[in-house]
Amino acid sequence: MAEEVEISDKQKKEIAKWFLLNSPAGEIQYVAKDLKSVLDDDQVYNESVSEAFPVYNKSHVICLPMPHRSGDVLVTSYGELEENKYLDPRTAQVATVDHVKQVCTEVRPASDEELSSPYIEEFRFALDAEILKYVGEAYPKGVCSVYCANGKDVEEPGSDFELVVVISATRLSPQNFCNGSWRSIWNIEFKDDAQVLELKGKLQVGAHYFEEGNVQLDAKHECHDSTIFQSPDDSAISIATIIRHHETEYLTSLEASYSNLPDNTFKDLRRKLPVTRTLFPWHNTSQFSLTREITKELGIEK
Amino acid sequence: MEAALGLMRRMPPKHSETALSALLSLLPHHSSDLLSQVDQPLQILCDVESGKEFILCEYNRDADSYRSPWSNKYHPLLVDGPYPSPELRKLEIEANEVFSIYRDQYYEGGISSVYMWEDDNESFVACFLIKKDGSKTAQGRRGYLEEGAWDAIHVIEVGPEEEGIAHYCLTSTIMLSLTTDNESSGTFNLSGSIRRQMNMDLATEEGHLCNMGKMIEEMEGKLRNSLDQVYFGKTKEMVCTLRPPSEVVMRLPDS
Repeated sequence: MAEEVEISDKQKKEIAKWFLLNSPAGEIQYVAKDLKSVLDDDQVYNESVSEAFPVYNKSHVICLPMPHRSGDVLVTSYGELEENKYLDPRTAQVATVDHVKQVCTEVRPASDEELSSPYIEEFRFALDAEILKYVGEAYPKGVCSVYCANGKDVEEPGSDFELVVVISATRLSPQNFCNGSWRSIWNIEFKDDAQVLELKGKLQVGAHYFEEGNVQLDAKHECHDSTIFQSPDDSAISIATIIRHHETEYLTSLEASYSNLPDNTFKDLRRKLPVTRTLFPWHNTSQFSLTREITKELGIEK
Repeated sequence: MEAALGLMRRMPPKHSETALSALLSLLPHHSSDLLSQVDQPLQILCDVESGKEFILCEYNRDADSYRSPWSNKYHPLLVDGPYPSPELRKLEIEANEVFSIYRDQYYEGGISSVYMWEDDNESFVACFLIKKDGSKTAQGRRGYLEEGAWDAIHVIEVGPEEEGIAHYCLTSTIMLSLTTDNESSGTFNLSGSIRRQMNMDLATEEGHLCNMGKMIEEMEGKLRNSLDQVYFGKTKEMVCTLRPPSEVVMRLPDS
């Protein structure tokens, strides 16, 4: 039984943050609203949301439209300049984000220091174009961005650097009781001395269906690959091909996991039919007890 | 309270235990409401007398003790806990025996317990519980599941008998979580909880147990089916909306 002990504000805040961070894709605002009335304490509530929203927005890679129709910005740690300032490398703009309202309030051109060197930009730009093409074909609602995670000031061949491809697709359909999101993050290390590219992909897929119930999918996968260091355009093409290949395979394996459910996986929880393959003979149950009585009397009970 | 239930409807079902205990510490004054309205994964205890495990729930609890359906004793020992009448206890014993055979045929393992208690209007209520751990390290016979939990709670209110017919109202909840994990596809987890109700007027000539059992069997079949077909199916549909499987295999032009 729960003991009726008042917990500290610090503990309340930790609990509140746990709820916020576990919200399914697109549902944190609803969770926050319920949490506000459960907490009934504006200070704890405000502190919790201001700490949890930035973490949630980044881990879910939410996509926000920038003002003046200047495109969309992805909220991700790779584009984060300050807690509420996010770089959009494609348009070379910096967006100011209100995390709790989940809107972009302002946008300004990025300064030279915030952008990559011309040498890096050539690789980034070429990759962005290829990924944009791939995402446009593969994800109906996909948004993507390519960042430089390391070595953005490298001016010429001779040093390592790292690009990151972020793909985010979200579909919110609360009127059909269903929300979901797909996030892929690909780190690509350009190793200058070995002349290779090392790719590491992290894919995460979530779905929530809640008509008269609550059912959630949570799937994660990591993969690795590598290719040779080529010109910006050729590197971009081989990276996009590798990403397309792994993501297509992952989707196939997700479909396989689903098709294994009814006959294999689910059976280890509960069978569709009893081992006898006929419905349970409830009308004979009195005889069950009778046979048990007999076996007990005869002392042959196992 | 409404907001608390709203939160439970959004949190991942595999974390429902954590979510409930979090709510209990935020809302200590609503603890009894929460415990009665929010279904939580079932806990078990071992009956010291029979050596058999039994399932704990609100219906066999008094203070901090739980009554075992096997020995009819409270664990830890309780001097004046409530017991069903001798006649109802007889039905309870029979139900536990039969239900564990049923459970074994459908679940190939797991634990079950049945509790009954008298109701205010000359009738009774029965609660049938099943808990199955289908993990490959536990009772998952085929070894497909890294982790697999199934909890079923069936509460049946039986109305007074009139002219050989009784009214049965069954409320069933299923909570489950299954995870597969392998190198090529990563971790894949589906978790869920659904609750449904079924009402029936049935002739009592074959006995209450027969009627209750048939209703539970039908309900479990329906729930399993809708989890499998509808609920899991909808999450799969969502995945395929996010990234539609390409019908045509992409081939690189020969260079």
